[in-house]
Amino acid sequence: MTSTESLIDRRQLSYIAAQAADARLNVELETEGMTLNIGPQHPATHGTLRIIARLDGEQVVWAEPSCGYMHRGYEKLTEVRTYPQVTALVNRIDWLGSFANEVPFILAAEKLMEIEAPPRAQWIRTILFELSRIANVSLFLGDLGVQLGAITPVFMAFRDREYVLNLIEGATGGRFHPNFDRIGGLKDDLPAGFIDETRVVMKKLRNFCDEMENLLFGNEIFQSRTRGIGVIPKDVAMQYGLSGANLRASGVDWDLRRDQSLPMAWNKVDWKVWTHPDGDSFARCWVRLQEVRESTRIVDQLLDNIPSGPVMAKVPRIIKVPEGEAWVSTENPLGEMGYYVVSKGDLGPFRTKIRSASFNNISIVPWVLKGVYVPDIITILASLYFILGDIDR
Amino acid sequence: MNASVLAADLPYWAQALLRVLGGVVAVLLPAGTIVYVFLFKMMSFMQSRLGPMEAGPYGSMQLFAEVGKWLQKEDITPERADRFIFKIAPLVVLVSTFLLVAVVPFGPDAWFTNFEAGVFYMLAVSSVSVLGILIAGWASANKYSLLGGLRAAGQLIAYELPMVLAVIGVIIQAGTMNLQNIVVAQNAGSMFGWDGLGNPFVLTQFVGFIIFMIAVQAELTQTPFDMPIAESELVSGYMTEYSGFRFLTFFIAEFATAGVFSLIASVLFLGGWGIPFAWFGWDSMDSVDNWMNVVGPLIMVTKMMLLSFVIMWVRFSYPRFREDQLQRFAWKVLVPVSLVNIMITAILKVAF
Amino acid sequence: MSTDSVAALPGDSVRERIVDDLRSSIGDALLDSLVKPNDDVWVRVRTDAWRQTALALRSLGFDYFCFLSAIDWMPSPFGKGEDDPTAPPPERDDTIKQGYAGGSTRLQVLARLVHPTLHVGVNVKCDVPDDEPVIESWIPVFAGANWHERETHEMFGIGFAGHPDLRNIYLPSDFEGHPLRKDFPLLARIVKPWPGIVDVEPLPGGSDDEEGDAE
Repeated sequence: MTSTESLIDRRQLSYIAAQAADARLNVELETEGMTLNIGPQHPATHGTLRIIARLDGEQVVWAEPSCGYMHRGYEKLTEVRTYPQVTALVNRIDWLGSFANEVPFILAAEKLMEIEAPPRAQWIRTILFELSRIANVSLFLGDLGVQLGAITPVFMAFRDREYVLNLIEGATGGRFHPNFDRIGGLKDDLPAGFIDETRVVMKKLRNFCDEMENLLFGNEIFQSRTRGIGVIPKDVAMQYGLSGANLRASGVDWDLRRDQSLPMAWNKVDWKVWTHPDGDSFARCWVRLQEVRESTRIVDQLLDNIPSGPVMAKVPRIIKVPEGEAWVSTENPLGEMGYYVVSKGDLGPFRTKIRSASFNNISIVPWVLKGVYVPDIITILASLYFILGDIDR
Repeated sequence: MNASVLAADLPYWAQALLRVLGGVVAVLLPAGTIVYVFLFKMMSFMQSRLGPMEAGPYGSMQLFAEVGKWLQKEDITPERADRFIFKIAPLVVLVSTFLLVAVVPFGPDAWFTNFEAGVFYMLAVSSVSVLGILIAGWASANKYSLLGGLRAAGQLIAYELPMVLAVIGVIIQAGTMNLQNIVVAQNAGSMFGWDGLGNPFVLTQFVGFIIFMIAVQAELTQTPFDMPIAESELVSGYMTEYSGFRFLTFFIAEFATAGVFSLIASVLFLGGWGIPFAWFGWDSMDSVDNWMNVVGPLIMVTKMMLLSFVIMWVRFSYPRFREDQLQRFAWKVLVPVSLVNIMITAILKVAF
Repeated sequence: MSTDSVAALPGDSVRERIVDDLRSSIGDALLDSLVKPNDDVWVRVRTDAWRQTALALRSLGFDYFCFLSAIDWMPSPFGKGEDDPTAPPPERDDTIKQGYAGGSTRLQVLARLVHPTLHVGVNVKCDVPDDEPVIESWIPVFAGANWHERETHEMFGIGFAGHPDLRNIYLPSDFEGHPLRKDFPLLARIVKPWPGIVDVEPLPGGSDDEEGDAE
């Protein structure tokens, strides 16, 4: 494995080359570069992100994402809704891992109300949280292949994600937007047979991870397309507020599941936080693959010792949250997802700041795209992994 | 389709007609077979799905449904496009395929033309498709198409050279550029005095075969060399603006060319239409029995399916290269290796 | 490349120390602070010390930029949009009351920085003058503040001095108004008041006989 330093050097060299190319374009030949609009309708942008790239040949001289094609104003909308109604909104932020979006908001409201969900509810929340992570990231792994030109992995990803979605549907009634989390617990207990079925599915998912590792990650072309591409050093990643696998791939040992005390069940089981020193596209993808494996392990262990009891704490029928401010963030599939909830003792939040992971993750794009080639734009975007709803909120 | 096949002397116009029909069959049949067997079915099975199942038994009529669908679509020309050039571009690509199939021998007498410099001709006309792709990319008045067209031009030129060099080894060994004679040279040959298998050049020219197949893969712009199309980057590159019949033409040309290149590869390396002559005691072209004109095409189709299976297999399982990596691979790996291959072949040819 | 070490979770003494360190670093620019036990830290700094605070916190090890946004403390003149549009607007209490760590202006900028090894964050608040809502940009300290400041600018109308490119990020460039300010009406609610503001659906577990029933 090449050391991080030399990779960064290579990146800087290509950046210098891009600068020189632009200067040459403007001074000597008096020709213009080409402006390429990638998106808003483009297969690589998972929705309607638009990337405006200034090209010199196939090399990017300057690139900037332009978002807002799907801005839905959730922060404003939360101000006219009650606390239980907000979960239906925040479901739609990262629509591939919906349940994980509900949890931090509910936790923030619970923190303000100073109640805690019963242990069984915490366990089930954690299980569903990890299931939505698996559903989300397994689609990422398949999509990664498509972005790089391999068409087969995506079908495997869809096949195995289907099992997970069935589990989520069985437990919550919704495949994509469960809206299952309630202040003080959960809407329902797990259905009969959920635990056995989940064990089987987790085994399938581990096989899927092995399959992906053999099919995609071991492939020389995949490696040559991703290694050393889009290197983000540690300090830059921290400055831009990258989170999740993107941050861990830059060598920062940081996982909000482990590094803060939340009323969830992650600290009750044994699992690892994977990091990678390289900070390139390969590292980001690899860390995500390991995360799916760890998630299956977490789910398996949680199923082993799931406590019995109620899934709902005693909460008043009409929820009024006391005055105060609370910040809760969790380690969502895309990274750190947090809600800063300001309450005025009302039925609904006074102000909600939604800190979504992809917004920060994509804000690094102008920095990281300088000097790369057009195919690398796709690689880097795919490896940074954003969901458009998570950028535009 | 020589006159002797039909045991009757045909007039010139009838022979010409027969050749044209044969050419159409030889282009469309491989294209259709490859699309159905590999693109529809094999790819589906590799991807844990069934593929088309509704149209006909096991979806075998799906192809006709697809063609019907494409023919019904509106033929759109972008407003700023160079209309004439835009419209002929797919035809240029298809013409290249037809020109290619013209030199492929299917049997001792079943050929369309019998060039003395068949290999030379084949390598020359296979580049015509580049022109079509380039003008398609340019005429579409679309930045993605332009990038795709330019990528295609750069890539096809880069891979033309390893392809030529890979074939030179075969030419040295066979001592001829006539494709028919290359087939004879393989089947009439012997390995160290043992003629049970003839001397298919895939054994002696294995390096050349591999390089040829890689170059074919690139020439066909199939994954891992599909940067000109690159659905996820360039949204199908030079084909972005095409619809309906013209897109279908590109599509047919792509898969027909895959079939024709498989045919050529089987002629150059796998012994072509022939079976080892020693089995029936033949020793030269003239002594080959007439029934080979019927069996030969079947053998060719079998070999074509085998090779296009490999092409498609690679296509479905690999990610794609980046443009600069592809160029580096062509110039820094394939060209030197094929030059070394030529040198060794030449030395051995002189030595033995 | 993996780590098994479970980091020690931060205690309140760490949070107290952070506030003390910040106070010794920026002096009386630190106007107010709040350490909520077992929860979080809030500090409020003077407007002219906004960038200085970022530098001070970064030198204290708060390298991780989490988010930057703003809060409009004015109570919404439209309530929650439950009013009948034909009736005359109801009287509402419009006194501005700031949250944790106090404040004196209607608009406050709020940012959060996190210490990557201590795993403790700090919420920094800063008053934005009402008459001229401009504040220093954080971009020289945290490059990632760029998009957050653009968003805050378009949503709240707060200017960031020193921002190179203060364009709208979400809204069209000719959009008028600042949507997240409380006096910006949410038209959908004004046109048609929403009846669902009081959630009357009985919550599961509200009565003891339903609980823990798996289907």
